[in-house]
Amino acid sequence: MSGIAERVRKVPVSGIRKFFDLVLSMDDVISLGVGEPDFITPWHIREASIYSLERGHTMYTSNYGILELREAISEKVKESYNVEYNPENEVLITVGVSEAFDLAIRAVVNPGDEVLIPEPSYVSYKPCTIFAGGKPVIVETIEENEFKPVVEDIEKKITEKTKALVLSYPNNPTGATLGKGDLEDIADIVREYDLTVISDEIYDRLTYKGEHTCFSSLNGMRENTVYLNGFSKAYAMTGWRVGYAMSSEEIIEAMMKIHQYSMLCAPIMSQKAALEAVTTGDRDVEEMVRQYSRRKKILVKRLREIGLSCFEPDGAFYAFPSIKSTGLSSEEFATRLLEEEKVAVVPGNVFGSSGEGYLRLAYAASHEDINEALNRMERFLTYSHD
Amino acid sequence: MSKDDEILRILEDNARVSDKDIATMLDIPVEEVSRIIKSMEEQKIIRKYKTVINWEKFGREKVYAMIDVNIHPERDRGYDSIAERLMRFSEVRNLFLVSGMYDLFVLVEGNNMKEVAGFVAQKLAPLPQVTSTTTHFLLKKYKEDGDILFDREEAERQPISL
Ligand SMILES: Cc1ncc(COP(=O)(O)O)c(C=O)c1O
Repeated sequence: MSGIAERVRKVPVSGIRKFFDLVLSMDDVISLGVGEPDFITPWHIREASIYSLERGHTMYTSNYGILELREAISEKVKESYNVEYNPENEVLITVGVSEAFDLAIRAVVNPGDEVLIPEPSYVSYKPCTIFAGGKPVIVETIEENEFKPVVEDIEKKITEKTKALVLSYPNNPTGATLGKGDLEDIADIVREYDLTVISDEIYDRLTYKGEHTCFSSLNGMRENTVYLNGFSKAYAMTGWRVGYAMSSEEIIEAMMKIHQYSMLCAPIMSQKAALEAVTTGDRDVEEMVRQYSRRKKILVKRLREIGLSCFEPDGAFYAFPSIKSTGLSSEEFATRLLEEEKVAVVPGNVFGSSGEGYLRLAYAASHEDINEALNRMERFLTYSHD
Repeated sequence: MSKDDEILRILEDNARVSDKDIATMLDIPVEEVSRIIKSMEEQKIIRKYKTVINWEKFGREKVYAMIDVNIHPERDRGYDSIAERLMRFSEVRNLFLVSGMYDLFVLVEGNNMKEVAGFVAQKLAPLPQVTSTTTHFLLKKYKEDGDILFDREEAERQPISL
């Protein structure tokens, strides 16, 4: 008999593990499979952290995180989205959005509660829900609807056990975004069924068309929403492991309790860097967004030129082309593309079964790499199927 | 940011990006990109396209000196006449009029130290308007025109991540 707990045992390890090992064993691979910026954290942010270390800031911080950082984040969110959170007790600094999501789920889900998760989506939501004793209920989104969750589809999955709805827009892996109108339609059913929304808006700044709408800025949604965001993507700070949650005092206190006993606090040097980022990092973000936007256009155009249909991604840094016309499965395509042309991409099915028939290509890569990868893909398409 | 501004930034970073790719990046027709670039070339906003070369790596060692020069300015013409004279020497790579202790800042390039020293002793210092020179030989370049020049260990991303 296995010594591993049942609910942990039944969750498989992430679907890209074997890809990862394969890529590592090969030379000269061009990877469009990376889910993080190709920029290094801007120097002034790194320098702020180094300076804080030099001055001896090596201690624990408040469980909630450094107050000055919470104040700065609160100010920024108010300025961007006109939603107010009290930095004293409605903001929690976490070890990335990853931890924040885990805390949010654990804080609100009772055993057997159902959590609605639109797919394709980031890979953590389902496992975290299961680890917390909840039951993930998938709402499939499709390209024909621009990978937006359809309100009727959500409604069909609602039962008396439904506790929460996860939203994750701009979306990894599809690049889909939701406009204010889309979100308002969702807010209506949230109100009707009294759901808690966990909104992972980590790609909010990486929106290329229109303006990002923060879910909790919608009328009446602030109390129902756990707003999650972080520094990894916008400021190219993945390795620092710092993010935050904002919600009602009650929910934040509950999340803080778990955080207090399991994590204590986010690393102080990362919080210091984050403070520098929120207060003076806007220009860096703008420049990176400009670059992503240019690369996105090159990538999407080349994908279409080589004969793959590709949904127009308006956010994040991923394109999600369809490979259904090739007759290959996502895994077959990605494995052969890697072995035969040394281009690494992520098969769409790892983001949920509705991602089958698609690939995720990150354009957080240099212009040269994008062009070369697409040339190789074009060649691959000429012989991979008939 | 205007289209012109965006095009300049793209080309400043990489002059070899094709007009076609720029057109895609900015969502405008390639003819418009070509027209804008041509117009900026004509106005000499775009002066020329160059390549940043690490000559040392290629095996050619160049010697540089930065020279602070004090000048006796000429009536009516100020510093311009001496500057116009100096800038024509091919050894002179940069020439700036500066505030502070010195008047001109001259960057001189030569194939060896003797060449550079010879230029200073024979061409620069004897000019009647030049009252003094201070020569600093360049020992190592760390950053030039915004580019960090020495090879560092590059931080590597994991090859695949979600
Ligand atoms: C949608 C989404 N949420 C969260 C994360 C993880 O973010 P963090 O680095 O803040 O833990 C990622 C990383 O890929 C992501 O794509």
